Amino acid sequence: MVPTQYYLVLSAILFGLGAVAFVFRRNIITIFMSIELMLNAVNLAFVAFSQARGKLDGQIFVLFVIVVAAAEAAVGLGIIILTARNRQSLNVERVDLLKL
Amino acid sequence: MAEYGFWILTLIKIVLLLIVVLTANAYLTWFERKVVAHMQTRMGPHRVGPHGLLQPAADGLKFLFKEDVMPDGVDKLVYMLAPFLALTLSLTSLAVIPFGPKPLPFTFFGHQIDLWITNPNIGLLVLFAITALGVYGIALAGWSSNSKYPLLGGLRSSAQMVSYELTLTLSVVGVVLMANSFSLTEIIKQQDSSKYGLLGWNLFGIHSFTQVIGFLCFFIAAVAETNRVPFDLPEAESELVAGFHTEYSSFKFAMFFIAEYTSMITVSCLTTILFFGGWNSPFPASWGFTLYLPSLLLIPFGLWLVYDGIKYETLFGRLVLPVVGAALAAIGLALILFPGANEFIQAPFWFLSKVFFFLFFYVWVRGTLPRFRYDQLMNIGWKLLLPVSIVNVIITAAVVLLRATP
Amino acid sequence: MSAALLTFFALATLATVGALSLILQRHPIHSALSLIVVMVAIAGLYLLMGAEFVAAVQIIVYGGAIMVLFIFVIMLLNAGVEERTDFSKLAKFGGLPLALALTGLLAAAMVRHGSAIPNPDTPGALASTETLSTLLFTTFVYPFELTSFLILVAIMGALVLAQREKN
Repeated sequence: MVPTQYYLVLSAILFGLGAVAFVFRRNIITIFMSIELMLNAVNLAFVAFSQARGKLDGQIFVLFVIVVAAAEAAVGLGIIILTARNRQSLNVERVDLLKL
Repeated sequence: MAEYGFWILTLIKIVLLLIVVLTANAYLTWFERKVVAHMQTRMGPHRVGPHGLLQPAADGLKFLFKEDVMPDGVDKLVYMLAPFLALTLSLTSLAVIPFGPKPLPFTFFGHQIDLWITNPNIGLLVLFAITALGVYGIALAGWSSNSKYPLLGGLRSSAQMVSYELTLTLSVVGVVLMANSFSLTEIIKQQDSSKYGLLGWNLFGIHSFTQVIGFLCFFIAAVAETNRVPFDLPEAESELVAGFHTEYSSFKFAMFFIAEYTSMITVSCLTTILFFGGWNSPFPASWGFTLYLPSLLLIPFGLWLVYDGIKYETLFGRLVLPVVGAALAAIGLALILFPGANEFIQAPFWFLSKVFFFLFFYVWVRGTLPRFRYDQLMNIGWKLLLPVSIVNVIITAAVVLLRATP
Repeated sequence: MSAALLTFFALATLATVGALSLILQRHPIHSALSLIVVMVAIAGLYLLMGAEFVAAVQIIVYGGAIMVLFIFVIMLLNAGVEERTDFSKLAKFGGLPLALALTGLLAAAMVRHGSAIPNPDTPGALASTETLSTLLFTTFVYPFELTSFLILVAIMGALVLAQREKN
């Protein structure tokens, strides 16, 4: 039997790795993927708690998170395509017209 | 030994299933070439072995001996991964398909031997998950080939597969509503035909509601998912050179080939399970004489093979065909003499004959219909099949609700 | 070391290696493939916890639709290997330690108060789809309808964004 703590520590590690990827990568698509990684880590924590308490509310919430992530991915990737066509580059540091 | 018995049993089942399916794949190619040829009033392969039966072996050897060319500038990891992924996913989906209800009469170290590898509660969802992942094999193959024809073919093919996946999953919701479960054995049990025979199948749905619309949507979507004619524009030879597998040669190309035929087999199995009663016989149980139908089919076929073999032109044919025919007739006779074996063989016999019929249907459609243009294909997927399957779900749900005992 | 614990460590290692590969790979396609590996590993962990429906939905929706969308976009935009740019000094020297501190804080909190988290009575008990759907359509019917509205808005948004410019 796997104690719930183990799942939670794994979730924390994945969340931390997602945050590192978010901060350090320059490609907008990779940044977006790290957001998905963080969402997955949170989902793992939800299901772990749902199993620990014996109620199914956590899993319902995971379904909602997956749906929201799908909607966000669709719209976000649409915006990325438009921005990339406009600026001809996928590097976030190139989108700096408003910089002082 | 006994505690590992379960794992060893599963391993043996997997190896047996792989051998059977890979041989079935090889002979499916032979079958397709023969049937399409006869539809076009020519003969197909008939030189290599009697009636061309050794043609798949010759093809296999050819694939092994061809030179393996890897183009310059490909992304090596993804290039090697793509056919491997396609093949693995196709073969994995066979693990959840049940072939018969009753376990074998003997046990393996105390574990009963069911006629399936695994029977999860969400068997149908597992199949859909594997279909959903199957898009990657094609998309990655197209992209990693570093060439424009495969890229376009791969993108078009994956867009097509993703579009028809929606219809595929929605058309099955009616069946799931009627069976109240995702488990494939439960779905087959719900179509129990011992009373009404043929009418108990989900296609006619006397227990609940007929699923004709669901079946049509499912089968058309499945043909599109497996990239077969009339939906095979992305890999057609006259259109995009050869689509996503242009740059693959020898064994990697054979892997894509095997993946396509295996998914054909899986889809045929799934159609019989979901809409055609699985292993249920089309005759009610009160018609006892129908128990002898397997023998009634095997014995004349075996005798005809003997007759055909004696008059065959080559010596090899004159030796092999009568022996095979005699063996088949002997099996048919043994089934009449041993009612226990006959009882056991009924379910797999009906299952396999229905699967065989659907494979024939696939090949028949291939030999008959021209292919769709890409925009026609996408129009059908989004504007015709998707609304129709949604309407099917609504109507089925209403009927199930009205017929439910309060 | 029971079978469940062994499976957990195997899947956890796979997920962590996938996440590290997401950070360290230079080409976005390889990062996307690593993310798919992470998602399949997490689906395996869900199965280990008995959440079979959520595992299937994770693979079908996340692995089979969202990641396919990512891969399409990477192929369409012809994203190449990332260029090396200079970080700001703060990010270069303070970034990694701060990120490790964040992870360490979260993990330490989990470990320290771990005894307060109840362990399941029946570990790995399968959550039936029937109970899940009953809950979804009775207690959570309002969020459910709202998510369908959200998906409609997302579809309209994607359509508007993908429109060609009218001259």
